[in-house]
Amino acid sequence: MAKSANRPIQNPAPRDMLPPDVSAKVRAALDANRERPGALLPVLHAVQDSVGYVPDDAVPLIAHDLNLSRAEVHGVISFYHHFRTHAPGRHVVRICRAEACQALGARALEAHAKKTLGVDFHQTTKDGAITLEAVYCLGNCGCGPSVLVDPDELHARVTPETFDALVGAMREVSK
Amino acid sequence: MTTRIYVSRDSTALAFGADAVARALEAEAKKRGVDATVVRNGSRGMFWLEPLVEIDTPTGRIGYGPIKPADVPALFDAGFERSNVHGLRVGPIDGITFFERQERLTFARVGITDPLSVEDYREHHGWRGLENALAMTPEDIVKTVTDSGLRGRGGAAFPAGIKWKTVLGTESTQKYIVCNADEGDSGTFSDRMLMEGDPLCLVEGMTIAGLAVGATQGYIYLRSEYPHAFRALNAAIANAYAAGYLGADIRGTSRRFDLEVRLGAGAYICGEETSLLDSLEGKRGQVRFKPPLPAIKGLFGQPTVINNVISLASVPIILDRGADFYKDYGVGRSRGTLPLQLAGNLKHTGLVEKAFGVTLRELLYDYGGGSYSGRPIRAVQVGGPLGAYLPESQFDTIVDYEAFAAVGAMLGHGGIVAFDDTVDMLEQARYAMEFCSIESCGKCTPCRIGSTRGVEVLDRIRAGIERDKNIVVLKDLFETMRFGSLCAMGGLTPDPVRSALEHFPQDFEVRA
Repeated sequence: MAKSANRPIQNPAPRDMLPPDVSAKVRAALDANRERPGALLPVLHAVQDSVGYVPDDAVPLIAHDLNLSRAEVHGVISFYHHFRTHAPGRHVVRICRAEACQALGARALEAHAKKTLGVDFHQTTKDGAITLEAVYCLGNCGCGPSVLVDPDELHARVTPETFDALVGAMREVSK
Repeated sequence: MTTRIYVSRDSTALAFGADAVARALEAEAKKRGVDATVVRNGSRGMFWLEPLVEIDTPTGRIGYGPIKPADVPALFDAGFERSNVHGLRVGPIDGITFFERQERLTFARVGITDPLSVEDYREHHGWRGLENALAMTPEDIVKTVTDSGLRGRGGAAFPAGIKWKTVLGTESTQKYIVCNADEGDSGTFSDRMLMEGDPLCLVEGMTIAGLAVGATQGYIYLRSEYPHAFRALNAAIANAYAAGYLGADIRGTSRRFDLEVRLGAGAYICGEETSLLDSLEGKRGQVRFKPPLPAIKGLFGQPTVINNVISLASVPIILDRGADFYKDYGVGRSRGTLPLQLAGNLKHTGLVEKAFGVTLRELLYDYGGGSYSGRPIRAVQVGGPLGAYLPESQFDTIVDYEAFAAVGAMLGHGGIVAFDDTVDMLEQARYAMEFCSIESCGKCTPCRIGSTRGVEVLDRIRAGIERDKNIVVLKDLFETMRFGSLCAMGGLTPDPVRSALEHFPQDFEVRA
């Protein structure tokens, strides 16, 4: 037993079910990060940044490469709100639900957004333009309600009216 | 000589369109043949003036704000580079009441310097603490931090020096410095402002911590909701490496310290230090049992100093000016200054760094200017989503860890969220439970299930279903969560609920 424990365990590589372009992105994410201590989160970030989400079929590849079980990788993906397993809409709109924004009308904004977009949190509009997400604090607590569009476009003092304008502009551009 | 114009790159300034203002200033200067450069600094922390434009003039640095891109030609027409009067001129920033009464130690450079410039940092007293530390023994560095009275600014207020001493005294070939930059508490943004506005101060503080305990590797665990801070930190770290302030041979002393930023992934619980360590190791961010303390078995099982951004960023000035200088600020056992964050429904929101001892009322009215909506302030939540709601009768509480604890509240990370009289405190109480149910790591039952039951019980109270009996159930739940939870998340979630029920009982009555 002791002898076999010292031998590097290498399970056979899993079958790659990903489309070639996505597979290349996943492999690039692994190449760039596998040597880092605690590599899984950096790998998942890199996959989501380049692919837009972490496809289920990427899990066996990541698990094999980092010598983790599929359950461990799945467990990490499902633990963190940031990681998603399905392609988002063309834009991701995150509305802050936290207290400082509530004090300035975030509850009404949240209701308005769900109603006008016709979706709940974590869902995408029928035209594929917008994925609505909840976020718990964007650090813009002095000037809420706060909305983050895509990776880094922050908006302050968002009212239902300015929200509609914002969404309208996004749909216009992404047509 | 090239005139320096300053426009903040702080997230809040960006949210108000600071990038467009900076571009307009550059274009207009070019068009008019004015020799000017736009410096993207941190924010001064007066958000009602953002985007704030400052310009170096023969009579000093003068501020104008809030500025829209359309205002820019008029600024040049008025001759703002000569400090001329313009409708949006606010004058020297140091002269604004909100700013001049502050005691800025940790935030001394934020909003003043170019955050990414190693040179600018040096010219404004930067690196002095590190230079002193390089000439000291580890024991003396730890003693200085201990003597300063610095307590952890993340919320738990544990003495930083004691933590450091434990790590120093634990033998290991590899130790770590971990910065907790998972600033998830609603109403807090001081970590973000510091990282965006003076990231080199954090780099210096962590390097000093490394020298103090014998750690050669540092990680900044940054929440993924802070993309601008991520960019600022990475750029500042690259510049510090290039200038020899990080790496294998810090300033030619053969001392080593390496630093890397790691992103979280949207989990509030990862602000809890042991969850954070698991997350850094690439796992689910679940709370660990203590002991062992992270100081003895922390990251990858090695001795680890884990401190909040503001704790670490307060270290350079302590090493520069000495323990006594820092300790002279403050009251009781709360020494030094705390960067307070005015948030929510206040007219003047932003950052106020003050010595401990200022009252909540002063912060709300003298600094905050009362509510943004113009209605009376009814409740104030201090210390994030796990902090109690304070009613008007408690507004004279002073900013001091013990004074807040004495009224059943928590100072936490210094976030102050004001609500006007339209707030429904039962809804706020329900949200506290809901938030815990969404963000619980799930490891212990009182937190995971208790918060879910809490939401259900509050829904029944709201619906008027056996109201009195359900209040009893709710109070019982407080006990279970408080004493049965593994960490502060489940343990403190009852506080906002209990305080809402205690101070605003009318909101929990059966509604017509």
